[in-house]
Amino acid sequence: MYELLKNLDRRWIFLMMLLAVLIPLLLQWTFPEKISPLTRNTFAEIERLQPGDKVLLSFDYDPSSEGELSPMATSFVYHAAKRGAKLYFMALWPVGPQMVEEKIRQVIRTEFPDLKYGEDYVNLGYKSGYEGVIKVIVTDIRQLYTTDSHGNNIDSIPMMRGVRSLQDMDLIVSVSAGYAGAKEWVMYAKSAYPDKFNVIAGCTGVQAPPLLPYIPRQLPGLVAAIKGAAEYESLLGDQYGLKGNPRYEEGLRRMGPQLVAHLLMIALIIAGNVVYFIGRRKEQAR
Amino acid sequence: MKRTIPLLITSVGGIILILSFFIPFAQEWGETVAVWFDILAGIAFILGGGNLLKTQLKKISDRKPGWGYAGVTVVAFLATLYVGIAKVGVPPNEQYPDKAWSGDYQAEGTPFWWAYEYGFRPLVATMFAMLAFYVASAAFRAFRAKNLEATLLLGTAFIILLGRTYAGVWLTSPLPDDSPLRLETFSDTIRDVFTTIGTRAIMIGVALGIASTSLKIILGVDRSYLGARE
Repeated sequence: MYELLKNLDRRWIFLMMLLAVLIPLLLQWTFPEKISPLTRNTFAEIERLQPGDKVLLSFDYDPSSEGELSPMATSFVYHAAKRGAKLYFMALWPVGPQMVEEKIRQVIRTEFPDLKYGEDYVNLGYKSGYEGVIKVIVTDIRQLYTTDSHGNNIDSIPMMRGVRSLQDMDLIVSVSAGYAGAKEWVMYAKSAYPDKFNVIAGCTGVQAPPLLPYIPRQLPGLVAAIKGAAEYESLLGDQYGLKGNPRYEEGLRRMGPQLVAHLLMIALIIAGNVVYFIGRRKEQAR
Repeated sequence: MKRTIPLLITSVGGIILILSFFIPFAQEWGETVAVWFDILAGIAFILGGGNLLKTQLKKISDRKPGWGYAGVTVVAFLATLYVGIAKVGVPPNEQYPDKAWSGDYQAEGTPFWWAYEYGFRPLVATMFAMLAFYVASAAFRAFRAKNLEATLLLGTAFIILLGRTYAGVWLTSPLPDDSPLRLETFSDTIRDVFTTIGTRAIMIGVALGIASTSLKIILGVDRSYLGARE
C-alpha cells in the first residue's frame, strides 16, 4: 500500500477529482444550508430596497470565475428586480458586459418580461481604467459614459435622467472576481461618500480575505464563494417561493461537488502525510 | 529631455491628485486627471495588442518551439479584432437604421458574439477549471506537516474545508446550535478573527508601502518606471 501511494501516478488523482465533481453533479445532490450573518446582511440590504430605488450592479468578472459567481449574480439581479428597483448595470472588466447581457436574458426577460430596457434597467457597459472609472463616475457619470453598451445616447435613456453620478444611487452591488472589483468600489466609492450609499459585494473565495477588514461599516454584506451563493439562494427560495426552480438553485447544486471534492482533498492530504512519515521513519531506520 | 518630461508629467499629475483630495478648490483638477488616466488605459489596450503581435510574430519568424501556437494566436487575434471593429454581420441600431455601423458589436447571433460564446468563454472556463486537478495533486504531493507551523496550517485547512460544506454541519451536529466548536461556526470565527486580523495588518503595511513608494516616484527619487538608461 505504501509503495502504491508513494508512486501514485497523478492521473489517478485527476480521475478521483473528476469523479468527485461529476457524480454529485449528475445526481444533483443538494444539502440544507446554514445561513451565515454575512449573507444574511447582504440579503437584508437588497430586501430594504423600495420600488424605484436605484441600484448599480457592477459585474466585475469573466468566464473564468463564472462558475463561482454566476449563481450569486443571478440571485442579486432577481432579488433587486423583485424589489422593484431600477437596475443600472456596468462593468470594470472588459468581458463584464457579456456577463450582464446573460443575466438580463436569463432573469429579467424571463421572469420580469414587463420590465422595459431604458426605463427599468440599463446596461451602461465597460469602460477601461479600473478604479479610475469609479473615481470619475462617483462625481460625474457623463464624463465617461456618453452612451450605453448598445450605443444609445445616455441622455435619451429615461432612467438616466436625473442621474448625475454614483451619489444618486441607493445601493451599489459588486460581483467581483479580483482587480478591479469590490475592494476598489469600497476604497474609491464608499470611502469617498460614506453616507450616500451602501456597497455590498459577492466575490470569489480567494478574494474574500482582503475584503474582511471592511466589514461591517464600509461593506455591510458580503457573499463569499459558492457557499455564500448557496446560502443566498436558500434565503431567496424561502422568501420568494423559488424552491424547486433550477435557475435559482445552481449554487445549492454546486455544493454537492464542493463537499465531495473537499473530502477528497482532506483524504489526499492525510494520505500524502502518511506516505511522508512512513518514508521518513524508514530512512531513519536505515 | 527623454527622461525629464516623463518625470515632470509624473510629478505634476501626482501632486495635482494629492492636492485635489485635500483642497476642495482643486477637486475638479483631480477629476480631469482621472479622466486622462482612463483615456490612457484605453490606449494601453492598443499598446498591449501591438506587443502581442510583435512577440508572437517574432516567435514565428524565429521558428521557436511552439511557433505554431503563436500562429494560432495571431490569426485568432486579428480575426476577432476585424470582426469586432468592422461589426461584421451586425444589424444597424433601431434608432439609426440608415447608419450601417450603428449597431451593437456584441449583438446576439453576430460573429463576434459567436466567437465569444463558443470560443473564448468555454476555453477560459476550462483553463481555470483545470486548477482543481492541480490543487488536488499538490495536496497529495506537497502539503506536508513537517513542522509545527505546517501542522497548524493543515489543521486550519481541515477546519475550513469541512466548515464550508455540509460535512462540517453534520459532523458537529450533536453540539448545541450556539456552540463555538461547531465546525461551521469555528470556520467563521477563524475567518472573522484570525484572517481579518492578519489581512488588516497586511493592508496597513501595504498602504504605508504604497504611500512611501508613491512619494518617491512623485518626487523623482524612484525612476525605475522610466526603464534603464540607454
